[in-house]
Amino acid sequence: MGGDEGRWASPVRRLQVEGLDADASSLNVQGRRLSGAVQGFGPLWQKTYWIRLSGVSVEPEELIDRWKSDYPSFWPDNSHLHRALARLEPGDVAVINANQSGLRLSTGIMVMYADATSFAFALPEGHIFAGWITFSAYEDAGTTVAQVQPFFRTSDPLYDFLFSLWFNRKEDQIWHHTLRSLAGAFGVDGVVQQSATCLDSRRQWRKAGNIRHNAGVHSAIHQLMSPVRRRR
Amino acid sequence: MPEDTFTVEVRQPIDRVAIFDIAGDVNSSSESRLMDAYTTATAAGASTVLLNFQDMDYMNSSGIGLLVTLLVRAQRRDQQLVAFGLDDHYREIFELTRLDEAITVHLDEAAALEAMRRGAGHGRG
Repeated sequence: MGGDEGRWASPVRRLQVEGLDADASSLNVQGRRLSGAVQGFGPLWQKTYWIRLSGVSVEPEELIDRWKSDYPSFWPDNSHLHRALARLEPGDVAVINANQSGLRLSTGIMVMYADATSFAFALPEGHIFAGWITFSAYEDAGTTVAQVQPFFRTSDPLYDFLFSLWFNRKEDQIWHHTLRSLAGAFGVDGVVQQSATCLDSRRQWRKAGNIRHNAGVHSAIHQLMSPVRRRR
Repeated sequence: MPEDTFTVEVRQPIDRVAIFDIAGDVNSSSESRLMDAYTTATAAGASTVLLNFQDMDYMNSSGIGLLVTLLVRAQRRDQQLVAFGLDDHYREIFELTRLDEAITVHLDEAAALEAMRRGAGHGRG
């Protein structure tokens, strides 16, 4: 067994954020535990988004290298991924600061796995999803395909409600934007395709207490209290 | 697509316990054979499935996802999922992904079967 040491991050008890920009917030990341699909609340989903880079010669390894190097640049403009290191390597922790309807939502990711043709993010407690997101590239019939595959449960009942109401579509928009931007970096104006499989429709009600970690709630409280903090 | 070296053999050492001898790489292409093995074990009346990772070469994040899917299926049928034969590296991955909170990990087959006989199934061998 073995042979992939260095591709997986080492276990961490609590996330540690280091070397961030002054304008980045590590709220809901610093000191949080990771939360896998086993720890989530809502139904278990595997969604897959992919885009074919037709008409250009790019190897899967080259695509993943570019994706890891410039990851934040492929995201929607209202979301910012701050990281201390230049590249995404196993064990790296990055914070995400997203503006959602006036709320500065703070959460993050940890790079759980990375090899030449894929990398995967694990998510901290309080993120909308409990699980992981795998980014990969592969060759299919002579064309390189870029793929994003979130595997998750919503973390708590509030997120579960918001997911069915709005965030399911929002998530689709985020990954469509990401993949189109990535393909655009290679000069491809491609079409994103997607599929979704519900692997378990049941809710894990024993995990409803995850709501105490909800990053949206914590971010809103933090924002509301900021005038008070400034006065001190 | 990932190279396909995955194999899984099912055996039943004692009544209602199935062992999956897993070899090769566990990734997205392993799904159908792993789920076929589960269907075979369930049809044979297994209430506990022991996953033997002794001969596993490699597992990526899609492989971890497969184990979660297998866990969900087992929980639906009130079956227990247990693992053994993981080296230190993969034990760490179970810890990292917090899979060890749902799949009991034992050192080897003897320890896992002993736990089954005692009716415990819990512990780390």
